[in-house]
This record gives sequence, C-alpha cells and structure tokens, in this order.
Amino acid sequence: MSKKFLLEHVNVPRIETINVYREKGGYAAVEKALKTMTPDQIIDEVKFSDLRGRGGAGFPTGLKWSFMDRKSDKPRYLVCNADESEPGTFKDRYLMEKLPHLLIEGMIVSSYTLGAKAAYIYIRGEYMYIVRILEKAIEEAYAAGYLGKNILGTDYSLDLYVHPGAGAYICGEETALLESLEGKRGNPRLKPPFPAIAGLYACPTVVNNVESIASVPTIINITADKYNDVGIGKSAGTKLISASGHINKPGVYEIELGLPVEDFIYSDEYCGGIWKGRKLKAVVAGGSSVPILPANLIITTAKGEKRLMTYESMADGGFVSGTMLGSGGFIVMDETTCIVRNLWTFARFYHHESCGQCSPCREGTGWMEKVLHRIEHGHGHMNDIDLLVDVAKKIEGNTICPLGDAAAWPVASAIRHFREEFEYHVKYPEKVKDPKHFEKEPFEREALMVNG
Amino acid sequence: MAKVTIDGATIEVPDGTTILNAARQIGGESVPPAMCYYSTLKESGGKCRVCLVKVAQGSTKDPRPMPKLMASCRTPVMDGMVVQSITSPEVLEARKSVVEFLLINHPLDCPICDQAGECDLQNLAYKHGVAKTRYEEERRTFEKIDIGDKIKLHMNRCILCYRCTFVANQLTDNRVHGVLSRGDASEISTYIQKAVDNDFSGNMIDVCPVGALTDKTFRFKSRVWFTNPMDGHRNCPKCSGKVVLWTKGNDVLRVSARTDQYNEVKEFICNECRFEHKNMNDWTIDGPRHIDRDSVIAQNHYERTDLQKLKLEIDRQIEFEKGKQLPEPNPSLTA
Ligand SMILES: Cc1cc2nc3c(=O)[nH]c(=O)nc-3n(C[C@H](O)[C@H](O)[C@H](O)COP(=O)(O)O)c2cc1C
Ligand code: SF4
Ligand code: FES
Repeated sequence: MSKKFLLEHVNVPRIETINVYREKGGYAAVEKALKTMTPDQIIDEVKFSDLRGRGGAGFPTGLKWSFMDRKSDKPRYLVCNADESEPGTFKDRYLMEKLPHLLIEGMIVSSYTLGAKAAYIYIRGEYMYIVRILEKAIEEAYAAGYLGKNILGTDYSLDLYVHPGAGAYICGEETALLESLEGKRGNPRLKPPFPAIAGLYACPTVVNNVESIASVPTIINITADKYNDVGIGKSAGTKLISASGHINKPGVYEIELGLPVEDFIYSDEYCGGIWKGRKLKAVVAGGSSVPILPANLIITTAKGEKRLMTYESMADGGFVSGTMLGSGGFIVMDETTCIVRNLWTFARFYHHESCGQCSPCREGTGWMEKVLHRIEHGHGHMNDIDLLVDVAKKIEGNTICPLGDAAAWPVASAIRHFREEFEYHVKYPEKVKDPKHFEKEPFEREALMVNG
Repeated sequence: MAKVTIDGATIEVPDGTTILNAARQIGGESVPPAMCYYSTLKESGGKCRVCLVKVAQGSTKDPRPMPKLMASCRTPVMDGMVVQSITSPEVLEARKSVVEFLLINHPLDCPICDQAGECDLQNLAYKHGVAKTRYEEERRTFEKIDIGDKIKLHMNRCILCYRCTFVANQLTDNRVHGVLSRGDASEISTYIQKAVDNDFSGNMIDVCPVGALTDKTFRFKSRVWFTNPMDGHRNCPKCSGKVVLWTKGNDVLRVSARTDQYNEVKEFICNECRFEHKNMNDWTIDGPRHIDRDSVIAQNHYERTDLQKLKLEIDRQIEFEKGKQLPEPNPSLTA
C-alpha cells in the first residue's frame, strides 16, 4: 500500500467528530505550529516540502505564501477555494465530507503562518450539505479552543467562516472568488495586482485549494524532509485523484506522486481496469480543461517513457503530445466513447460558465459550442474543423482569466489527436444520428487504443 | 518617470501611465483602438481585448518579454519597456480576432441604427475586420427595452464594455442598472423597467461605443451625417453646459456632450442640457464642431474624387466578390 497523508483515517467511524479526529492524532499540527514554530519557520518548511497547489495550476505553495505582504498594516486573509466545479473533479468534496477537521486544522496552521485573523472557506453552493458538516466541525473546534480568541492559550486568535457560492464555475477562479466573497458579481479581476498584494477587500490575501491546505498539517507533523521523500523531484507528496468514467472502480484515490499512469488505470488498488473488458480510448487526466490524450500517449510519452502521475511527466511533450496533472480529475473513456460528443459536452459547459466579461471568451465559447453541436448531430462541414481550431487559437491567451484557455485547450487537443473522428461525423451524417453511435460500432483506430 | 518605446517611438511619461495613454501621447497609427476603456471612467477597460499589444521587453530592470499579449489600456508602463502595436503581426491578428468576435452576435442593423456614422464598432470593423463572416449560427437576441424615459436599450447591439455601469456608479448617486446573467446571455438591464431616472443618466448614451443605448428624443430623426454639429454652451448650474448641438436648419435634433479625438467625453453633461433644451435660443453657439478621426461624419465633406481612383476601388470590390482575399483599401478613399 502506498503512503496516505490525507486519507489515512478516512474510514475510521465518526472521524468527522473532533474527539475521534483527535484520538487519531488530529490537531497535533496546531499545537506544534502555534507553540513551537514561527511563521517564517513554517513558510520555510512548506517551501522545502515542495508542496504545490492542488487546485490545478500547481504553483508552489510555500513560494505563494512568501509573496504575501506580511509587513502591510492592513488585515491579511486566508481564503480556501472549495468551489470545486471543474467537470471530473470531486476530490475536495470527499475530503471535506469525510475529514472536515483536517481542513480546519490546515486552515488554522496556514492562517497563523500568514498572520490572518479571519479566514474563509468559499464553497460551491451545490455542496450545501457539506456547509453543514463544516459548520458543525467549526463549532466543535471553537468549543475545544482551536478557533476564536487566544488559541490554545497563545496570543494568536482566528475566526473561520464558511461562505457558500451561488453556483458559478467562474467563482473558482481566485479573483472572481474574492469578488463574490465581497458580495459582488463574480467577474475575474485584471491582474496584476495579485491577491498576495491586493486581494479580499484590497488587503493581502492568499487563496489556496482545499487539498493544498489539508496537506499542511502533515508537513508540520512529519517535517518537510519526510513529506518530500514521497514523490519524484518537484512533484512531492501525495495527491488526490478523482477517477471517473469507464473504469471498474471510479472514486477518489490518494496516490503517491510518481505512480505510473498505467498502474493507476489497471491496478486493483485504484481504477481496476477498463469496464466491460473494453479497450481504453482516451483520458482527460486533470479535469475537463486539460488536453485530452489518446490511450497510447497517456500510457507512454512520445519519447517512449512510461508516463507518470507527476506534474512534469504529465506535461512531457507540451501540448503536442502531453497534457497536465491539473486538479486530478481523471476521466477515462473506453472505445465506445464519441470524442466529438464528449467535446461538445465540455464546450457546452464552458459556454454556460463564461462570465462574459471579455469578448474572446464570451463570444468564442458559444461559437465553438454551436459548431460542435452541428458536427455531432451530422450537420457539419469539413471546414468547420479548421474553423474550430482557429477560434480556439484566437481565444487562447487573449482573455482576462484562464477560463478562456480552459475552453480552448480541449478543442485544440481533441482535434489534434482525433481529427479523423470529426471528419467521420461530417462524411457520414447518417451514421451519427443515433446519439450512441460508437457504442454499437466503435470508431476503429486500433493504433491509438490499448487493450485492457 | 518612465521611458517607453512604442513601435520605435520613445516617450517619457509619469509612472503609472498605461501603455494606451502613452501611445495616445505619441499619437498616430500606433495608438491601439479601445472599445471598453474610457479615460474619464475609473476602473474601465480590460474587457473588450481590442487594445492588446505585445510587450517585447518588460523593463530595463527585467527585460523579459511578457508571455501573453497585454491589454494596453490597463497595463502600466515600466521604465525601459518596449511595446509593439502595429509592428507586431501577432497583435494585428489578435485585433482582427477580437473584431470578429465582437461582430458574430452583433445585429449589423447599421442601416436602421441611430449610432451609424458615429459608432466605434463600425469604424473598428471597417479598419480591422474582414468583409465576410464565418459565423453561420443564429445570433443571440434580446427584446428592446426602455431603461429610462429618455433611454432605449437595444441589448442586441451591446458589446458589454460596462462603461454605462461605471457612469451610473461614478456620476450618479444610485446605480439601478447592471449586468444580469453571465456569458453571452449577459445583459445590461434594470430590475424594473424605466428605472433609470437621474440627472446624469444621459451620459450613458454618450459613453456607449455602439448603438445599444440611444437617445429616445433623437430616435429615427436623422442620420447623423445629415446633421450639422455645432459647439454650444449655456449657463448651467448643474454641469459645465458645454455641449454639441446636432442641428438641421434651425432645429436642434440632439444634444450631446463634447468628445475628444478618441470619442471620449471629458466633461459630462446633465440631463436638463441634454433633453430639455432643444431650442437654438437656449444656446450660445461657439462655432462648428470639428469631427476628427475615423468618423463617417467627417466624410460629410464630400470631395470630387478622381475617376481613376474610383475605378480601382470598384475593381477591388469585384475581386472580393469573386472570392479573393480583399486587397488593402484604397487609402485615398478611406482616410
Ligand atoms: C475558471 C477557473 C476555475 C477554477 N476553479 C477552481 C476550483 O474550483 N477550485 C480550486 O481550488 N481552484 C480553482 N481554480 C484555480 C484557482 O484560480 C487558484 O489557482 C487556486 O485556488 C489556487 O490554489 P492552489 O495554489 O492551492 O492550487 C480555478 C481557476 C479557473 C481559471
Ligand atoms: S476569460 Fe471568460 S470567464 Fe474569464 S474573464 Fe474573460 S469572459 Fe470571464
Ligand atoms: S480598451 Fe483595453 S480591453 Fe477594451
């Protein structure tokens, strides 16, 4: 069994209550950090641990913290990004539902480090039942003296709030999240300034993903050295992966970074192989925004090396033959999947979720969706395929926030790797009339598929 | 102070100046177009993306180029920054893309739009757009609504520059309209119809770059290029009283605030000046209005063109109809 830093006790009965959580060693990191470590020591520890942001971008957490303007006389804030809305990603939900105190413990240690006296958990509105779980846990933590005035008798005080969003993916973008938290329309801000300088209420703010924050107590407890013993190079520690799609065992798994993708898909410890004995066709490895890869390229890189679950190995080959680890939303597709239909679904999502502020994303996402809808339903033209590539290219890099890129990458990569399938839709409109067209008769492109 | 070079021309500007404003100080063709930025409205800009430029060198201290094209209207210059505007094919390509995006859902009802002739999008499209559309889907549509008793909103034409919301935020004491919904379903709207009722609300009409917000008192009265614009003023206790009178014979068809060469109002006017004084006798005339840059109105002064040039222009259009790439327009006919 591999190391579990986050989910070790997830199956302990009543681990969501503070007493059981403490019996299992919970809140030791708060004791250790507040009583024996200075904020600078903790920042160094997190830096040495090589923990990287688990929200998608993989930015080194310690480095992000060190950018925070801690000399400013303004209040400082820590905001936990629990908006988790990327299609294919559902790990934060699992973590918060099962281990609310782990997140709270991480919030306390991180807030202490950053000098925040108030911290927020911004959670997606659809997770209303988790709001209640968190609020109950927060109440317990206040009662036990881990939150509120003079935590554990030290002179550090912290208030922690849970704030549900109203159902917008864009509010997961950190600056849109801050706008929304301030009670405004969730439009992303122009950067710079970055939140570390002017974030919530124009005060220095750090925004971190749930999993990033929940990883901090482990680092404090076992030290940075031990933490980055797990993993490979700059991909240290463990990562939660939300595995979904055509596999035998979908679910949330904690893996050690560095695990070969092939093992993740086929071993019984994780996904348990492709369902119904079918062949693997493609994987979207890090949430809907990252480039899709055909089976052969997800198992081995273009150089012929085994692809590993690390930030670096996933990106090997750039956007030509690689992808990204992203948020760890691992979507597996078998041979019966229609890539065009899948892409249309994603495009529909981005069209629906664009905030509409900037013209390339507002107009381009809708355009791509409509063209994809036509192609998938047998009304496409051959030049629509290049049109899609062109529209995607014109959105990418020209927008205020990365949602534009996130909408463009899946389109560009699906056409790059599966162009014949788009052409097939145009050439044989009759054959794609049935929405389940590849279920009866898979689109054959043997070379790219891998047998289960 | 910071020294910045834009398309080879160098200028020194105070710290904090944006690339766009530095370029405006230099002037000429390198000035990026702007659809959402408005110099007299704080926080405006950054949205339409038509002003994108390439920063080839960040600053003297950190000479690395910036990885993406930057919105010149919101990016401050740094000492030693080197910017490419029309000298970068990438920038020209991006501008053209943005124009295309702005047009796909735009109704192109210019023949019946009051803004035609003084529309920033029309000018921009003429300069950077392509004459053919690749968009064959249905355009999104909204109902026309009255957002105040003097203002008509044609949401179909809106490009979501947000300028009118900044006017309401910054010029009036209570904003009652805003952006509802998101993505391409976003719309400018009031919660209650005709809710906009404020002494300075009329300025929303002037800041609107397209024909989304138009003056109901001027609706369908005349094409602007058939009017005679004159600068005029009156003693107004509420505003500067400096306006443009759009006249035909002795009739004042419309009153608007004065704009600069970038079509931006520097001194906003009150609704009384705008809507209540449609009589020549209410005004002291300062002289004819100079309409610069781009505007179709400026072309009101028809000149006899030489037939040779006209033939070239006609040939150009014919080539295009045959499906060839449109060659560059004949400069003598479009300047
Ligand atoms: C459109 C969009 C949606 C995002 N949604 C989320 C989200 O739901 N959860 C999250 O943690 N990060 C999300 N992010 C990334 C955040 O902007 C930010 O990078 C992250 O919260 C930083 O935390 P980390 O450094 O701990 O990863 C999103 C980004 C974009 C552009
Ligand atoms: S890229 Fe899309 S989501 Fe992001 S700011 Fe622009 S319109 Fe909004
Ligand atoms: S003018 Fe700069 S983005 Fe619109």
